[in-house]
Amino acid sequence: MLGGKRVLDGLDLHVPAMGSVGIVGRSAAGKSTLLSLVAGLEEPDAGEISVGGAAAAGGRLARCALMPQRDCLLPWRTALDNAAIALENAGLPRRDARRRAAPLFARLGLAGAERLRPAKLSGGMRQRVAFLRTLLADKPVLLLDEPFGALDAITRAELQEWLADALAAEPRTVLLVTHDVEEALLLCERVLVLAGGRVAAELDVDVPRDAPRREIVTSHSFLELRERALEAIG
Amino acid sequence: MRRIWPPLVLLAAAVGAWELVVRAAHVPDYLFPAPTKVASSLADDAGLLGRATLVTVREILLGYLLAVAVAIAIAVVLHFSAALRRALLPILVLSQTVPTVLLAPILAILLGYGIRPKLIVVAVVCFFPIVVNTVDGLRSADPELVRMMRTLNGGRLAIFRRVELPGALPAIFSGARVAATYAAVGAVFGEWAGSSSGLGFVILQAQPALETARIFAAVLVLSALALALYALVTLAEHLLVPWRPEARNA
Repeated sequence: MLGGKRVLDGLDLHVPAMGSVGIVGRSAAGKSTLLSLVAGLEEPDAGEISVGGAAAAGGRLARCALMPQRDCLLPWRTALDNAAIALENAGLPRRDARRRAAPLFARLGLAGAERLRPAKLSGGMRQRVAFLRTLLADKPVLLLDEPFGALDAITRAELQEWLADALAAEPRTVLLVTHDVEEALLLCERVLVLAGGRVAAELDVDVPRDAPRREIVTSHSFLELRERALEAIG
Repeated sequence: MRRIWPPLVLLAAAVGAWELVVRAAHVPDYLFPAPTKVASSLADDAGLLGRATLVTVREILLGYLLAVAVAIAIAVVLHFSAALRRALLPILVLSQTVPTVLLAPILAILLGYGIRPKLIVVAVVCFFPIVVNTVDGLRSADPELVRMMRTLNGGRLAIFRRVELPGALPAIFSGARVAATYAAVGAVFGEWAGSSSGLGFVILQAQPALETARIFAAVLVLSALALALYALVTLAEHLLVPWRPEARNA
């Protein structure tokens, strides 16, 4: 599950297995393209991308699950069936796919939402279901593209905490892309700042993770990292 | 339900005016019967019209189902093959320029006076809007949903079954509703080309006998049948596409 990934012009990055790397940068810095390339949805014009040893697009597709910016839930499926879709795609009968997905709903605070269609869910709930769907794809690598970009600040803070817990319960290799510096620092062990098509800063995030969010984001080390990242974005 | 009143009031006014004009001008029944005469023909000829209606309903329903099945099958094939789409779609458009009135007698010669040529005429009249809408609906799937499916183990068939086909259902039903209004006319064309029963046959028989009120009565039943089929398709859409809130206003 090692990923030695070189993407975009002059961009060289590596995500260790079960590690988490965040990429921050302004909008339109090519962050979404980077994730499409890594996911195997597109091929790079030049350079090499390999995920867990697989360099071909098909191999990357088999190892990565991408959570797009929009929740992309299917309006005709219930929350449970949306979350379980990757299992059905892999050939599991619907009944078994549901049985696999249901315990995660209970464990990750979505109990009661199973039978609702997306139109009946709040924005925050929809993102949670979209994340469960990505998790249930059973891929070693998760690619998260601005997972909470469309949410209001309070819901976003709530979901960042929820996601940190979810990843602690279901660890995966994570590549997160966001324009929210705080989000990247809270969720990732390493954060790269992308500016002008190259890596402007590399930060090792060394903050205590088990404290409540409010304490983390106001701690001295966190504020210093945040300052350095913002400076690099320019 | 409020939407149903304006057309109903207008229709009632038109029927009332019709009755008044026919009576005031003493128009003979065989030229233009008053609505009351049409109503009494409906009652007097109930047995005849009822038997004919059963025949025509069967032609409409079976022909329409044939159209839906063939249209969706063709659309799916066209969806999967760009080459066939380029080759076949223009020919399908061309087929729509052949008048059904001319097609019906040829089919009657080929297949006789039974129900089969009628089913084919109904299907030919109905299938085109369903094919076009289904092809459009399948192709208009959100590309982001398709990308999402690809990273979640979704092969071509899974994408078709779980994204493209359910996403195309509203478009398919739009086509099916348009087609539903054509089915009754198709059945009458089929019967006119050669038949021994059905509402089209009743109209054909009533014409030389100058039973104009009976013709009007048969037309009234045909309209009711077309309306009923339309309502049935709309009901099916509400049952099969419950996630689409705007479907209620269609």
